[in-house]
Amino acid sequence: MADNFKAKQCGKECQKCNPAECNDGKKLFTVTVFSENQVGLLNQISIIFTRRRLNIESLSVSQSALPGIHKFTITTITDEDTIEKVVKQIDKRIDIIKSFYNDDSDLVYQEIAMYKVATQDFINLEGTEELIRKYNIRILEINETCVIFEKTGHTDETQGLFNELSQKLQVLQFIRSGRVAITKSKIERLSDMLANIEAHKMMYE
Amino acid sequence: MSNQMKGAYILMESLLKENVDTIFGYPGGSIMPTFDALYDYMDKFNYVLTRHEQGATHAAQGYARVSGKTGVCLVTSGPGATNAITGIADAMMDSTPLVVIAGQAGAAFLGTDAFQEVDLIGCTLPITKWSYQIRSAADIAPAVAKAFHIANSGRKGPVVLDFAKNAQVEMAEFNYEKCHFTRGYIPFTAIKPTQIDAAAEIINNAKKPLALVGQGVILGNAEAELKAFLEKADIPAGSTLLGLSALPSDHRLNKGMLGMHGNVGPNIKTNEADVIIAIGMRFDDRVTGDLKTYAKQAKIVHLDIDNAELDKNVKATAKVLGDVKASLPELTLKIKEAKHTQWIESFHEYEVKEDEKVIRPEVYATEGPLKMGEVVRKISEATNNDAVLVTDVGQNQIMAARYFKFTKSRSVVTSGGLGTMGFGIPAAIGAKIGAPKRTVCMFAGDGGFQMTIQELGTIMEKQIGVKMIILNNNYLGMVRQWQELFFKKRYSSTPMMNPHFNTIADAYGIKNAEVSTREELDAAIKEMFADDKPYLLIANCEEMGMVYPMVPAGETITNILLG
Ligand SMILES: Cc1ncc(C[n+]2csc(CCOP(=O)(O)OP(=O)(O)O)c2C)c(N)n1
Ligand SMILES: [Mg+2]
Repeated sequence: MADNFKAKQCGKECQKCNPAECNDGKKLFTVTVFSENQVGLLNQISIIFTRRRLNIESLSVSQSALPGIHKFTITTITDEDTIEKVVKQIDKRIDIIKSFYNDDSDLVYQEIAMYKVATQDFINLEGTEELIRKYNIRILEINETCVIFEKTGHTDETQGLFNELSQKLQVLQFIRSGRVAITKSKIERLSDMLANIEAHKMMYE
Repeated sequence: MSNQMKGAYILMESLLKENVDTIFGYPGGSIMPTFDALYDYMDKFNYVLTRHEQGATHAAQGYARVSGKTGVCLVTSGPGATNAITGIADAMMDSTPLVVIAGQAGAAFLGTDAFQEVDLIGCTLPITKWSYQIRSAADIAPAVAKAFHIANSGRKGPVVLDFAKNAQVEMAEFNYEKCHFTRGYIPFTAIKPTQIDAAAEIINNAKKPLALVGQGVILGNAEAELKAFLEKADIPAGSTLLGLSALPSDHRLNKGMLGMHGNVGPNIKTNEADVIIAIGMRFDDRVTGDLKTYAKQAKIVHLDIDNAELDKNVKATAKVLGDVKASLPELTLKIKEAKHTQWIESFHEYEVKEDEKVIRPEVYATEGPLKMGEVVRKISEATNNDAVLVTDVGQNQIMAARYFKFTKSRSVVTSGGLGTMGFGIPAAIGAKIGAPKRTVCMFAGDGGFQMTIQELGTIMEKQIGVKMIILNNNYLGMVRQWQELFFKKRYSSTPMMNPHFNTIADAYGIKNAEVSTREELDAAIKEMFADDKPYLLIANCEEMGMVYPMVPAGETITNILLG
């Protein structure tokens, strides 16, 4: 079942594709963009994906560790050649401070999913405890009509829970956040970039 | 000391701080406070009222291209701003520094579909280097400073300032600080010695090197550096359309133009060279043809200021990121003196063939109707090959680019990347204002001329001494040529009924002539250059003329039709 889902990710009927790498050379990339904190930035970034007909699989935006700098985490499925060009074109925009891409092996990443089911369905469910333990489910709300719970993890994990639930009962609502990711490497590209910027600025002072 | 000023006046003062001397524009409701302020600055700026906002943008482009300065446009919101969009997109494609200031509804009205409100930032994001909405008077000076810094540094390009009406009338303190720096944008990367070394090694081992010269050389003022580089290692060069005039036409190593309608030699040799050195050019598809068969045998050295161009269309063996003004001299230091006599001589055979089959019959025709090529050659010669060439788009453009000759740099103003018909007349206006001492010759087709024909009014009012030549074939010729070659001669929508152009010129008080024979042509050229006044020459040329050589779109660059 997990395989099925991945095959759908790249839009092709390749049941056996490796979770991280579809066999048409395309795979999931995570693009990280650091930008100035101002209006219109998302538009600037998204048109570059649009021009190349790249679908944004997930998106999350927040403050970064540095004040005044925003961080976009975007996932998309494509080949390395294309993602390299996309990132350069994003990086070229004036209001973008730094942009780079990684594949899953470079990253620690996480998503959060929420699920809503009818309370009665949940009570009637067999093996509730196993399910909760297996997926490390956290219950957020229980009332007479519904139960809401969350699960964090990778897409296949949150999707796995959804798929299993869907077989057993009706999931009333399901939502998954965009990916948040942090690079494992020692290089801090943004800090390096900012240092470079400072050096450049000094040339004029 | 307090230095409170109205926003519109802050804009005027800011433009002066940026040494702006010329503004092309057109007024309207939401930019009226600014035009009101401009009224007090008429002695400080050469203000040019064009007859359409598209004309203002192309004129600013012509001005920027010949002078190296940033072209400035001032237009109103809504339709004024949307009319400017073609020129903005053109400037983006051809890396032309522009600052376009457009009025906008007051900040309080934004998003309400107010009268003449258009989301200009949204419209222009993909076609500008930077666009910014000024919503308060305090915002003006820093935005203008940043705009000029961005437009004319790094890879140059257009910037849009969307100027809300309230900001034009509010008061603020005026303090101008030039911008040399903005976080997230490093236009002047230091050249990496490792990249130079890698490039030099490849060039030093080359037996059959070929240089591809692009507009980056001209934008970087690196003509002398280019020459020194080519001459030291004896490297023949082909030029892109926009790179023309970076190297004088008669330079020993200049092998002509690249691409679809370029010269046979450099196109054939692209697929024979062992090393290709691309200098400030971007491997546009009109230059490369089919990428799958393009220069596969060659190692590619790519020098460019824009990192996003490196490896975009053609993968480079060695990349040198940075301004070619800085990288070329460093590379020249590292390369060995060399002679490539045999390789250079091997171009000869193709030059002879092209000369016989294509060039001579075109430029030295002795009978039959006038040929576009001969008109261009005669006019170029009449200026001692010293003039600025401005073109419109189509067969006229290619003929002019092929047969006009250049002795100085910054002598070609043409719409390359966007191929905008209607570019010619307004761009010529800007070029003449940007280079008043030079002769400016503008070639247009009968089609393109009518796309911005209203700018004859600007020429009349300002008495701008441009020499305009219509290469009239009574067809949308370039499209007709494709129909003849690829659409079974089905001339859909390409024959055109034209007005009597001379009568139009008369209405504007512009001296003019119409010629259809060689004798008339010679006399008219003489008359045209007798003074520095505007002139329109209508040259009635062969209707079914074809532009050769031609590499059909998408084909291998060596599949050259010679007619
Ligand atoms: C604004 C615009 N519309 C359409 C085109 C497509 N187009 C390219 S060349 C051409 C024909 C130009 O005809 P004319 O101006 O008479 O020049 P000729 O080719 O005959 O010299 C056309 C329609 C274009 N490049 N620009
Ligand atoms: Mg025509």
